[in-house]
Amino acid sequence: MKHTPLYQAHIDSGGKMVDFGGWEMPLNYGSQIEEHHQVRNDVGMFDVSHMTAVDFKGVDAKKFLQTLIANDVDKLKTQGKALYSCMLNEAGGVVDDLIVYYQDDENYRMVINAGTTEKDIAWINAQAEDFDVSVEPKLDLAMIAVQGPNAREKVFAAIPGIEDVAGELKPFNAASLGGLFIARTGYTGEDGFEIMLPEKSAEFTWKMLLEVGVKPCGLGARDTLRLEAGMSLYGSEMNDEVSPLEAALTWTVDLSNEGRRFIGRDALEALKTQGVEKTIVGLVLESKGVIRDHQKVTTNLGVGEVTSGTFSPSMGKAIALASVPKGSEGMCEIEMRNKQVSAKIVKPPFVRNGKVLV
Amino acid sequence: MSEVRDDRQYTQTHEWILDNGDGTYTMGISDHAQALLGDMVFVELPSEGDEASQEDEFCVVESVKAASGVYAPTDLEVIEANEALDDKPELVNSSCYDDGWLVKFKAQAIDGLISAEDYADTLD
Repeated sequence: MKHTPLYQAHIDSGGKMVDFGGWEMPLNYGSQIEEHHQVRNDVGMFDVSHMTAVDFKGVDAKKFLQTLIANDVDKLKTQGKALYSCMLNEAGGVVDDLIVYYQDDENYRMVINAGTTEKDIAWINAQAEDFDVSVEPKLDLAMIAVQGPNAREKVFAAIPGIEDVAGELKPFNAASLGGLFIARTGYTGEDGFEIMLPEKSAEFTWKMLLEVGVKPCGLGARDTLRLEAGMSLYGSEMNDEVSPLEAALTWTVDLSNEGRRFIGRDALEALKTQGVEKTIVGLVLESKGVIRDHQKVTTNLGVGEVTSGTFSPSMGKAIALASVPKGSEGMCEIEMRNKQVSAKIVKPPFVRNGKVLV
Repeated sequence: MSEVRDDRQYTQTHEWILDNGDGTYTMGISDHAQALLGDMVFVELPSEGDEASQEDEFCVVESVKAASGVYAPTDLEVIEANEALDDKPELVNSSCYDDGWLVKFKAQAIDGLISAEDYADTLD
């Protein structure tokens, strides 16, 4: 199995290691629920070095990204500005979801998922043939996400000089400090930074963060946090066969520039004309039990399926994202362990910035 | 390493059973089981007076990871359920052999239980 540069640090902190798409990663360091609360109430850190940064350089970099992804990088005008987008196939299905950071019109950085890295790179290279752009996966970068209401303060205390470049960063913006790339982004619904750094600096930086009191958190807490925040997970809410229009990600698809014929656009326009039949909604279970992935959901408009189900530590009840007929509302029935249980359909997010919203 | 208490017996499905010596038994899940399941979030317990036949699923322990049925080791009648678990299911994680017990029941002798020593061997 593959190891990140922080593998030994996880073992030293008592990490319970599991196979995560070929990477041996920490599921938790004792209690994933405590780690969840740690991030909502204070600060925690995640090793996300298994994710991949890819740099795009060349005179055609902007033109290429305007073709490659469904959101429009033309929105990015200032250095370090970030944009969330899906990358689509010709049929409008999602190859991956990603964040792209702007440096200048000939220089962008993209962060893609770990499990899709090989597929993505092959896809991107195939599309890039006719463009003057170099595609450079930065496989030697480590990535640490520090998240929580006290994340900024702790990062500034742990890493000398970082406050000077990142102190004024607005959400969804990034800055550089030597070999560090610091983005005010995350996957938890809390404030914080995602820090990319050379792998040889990873363990030292992790220890500095530990020393100022940042607790390590595993993939278990990462999943409950992102689900409470209503954020999609590639492979669950969307995949190669689901379009962003069917996954409540229409806001990430920019059709405003008629002339920008990005890959998958024709299929999305055809789908719009024909009518989108399903979407992703949130579910809240009022009774005991935990909603699990792939359970059958029956709404007022028909049948759907749970795409991500879990127990919400912040709410003390089960929540889920589910793919259901578009327009479904009110109560629905979930088939759980051979029983029909009622759940309420809500609009995600469930929790953001420490507050329950549903 | 999982803790195995030698004052009680075990099942192949990782429950422990303590003979109270008066025709009643106390039952819970083993340290190995709670560690595998991870953070407990709900425990569904039977009510006092409920009867269960051998192999009936009569409790459910549900963690962040999975729901797991607890099966009656013999024909039994429930005399007490651990109500503290309604508010604090995490007791099953922090104190699986003491405060995190699940049910007390009345039964005739129970067949097919595993000694602590043999149970510990199965975990190696």
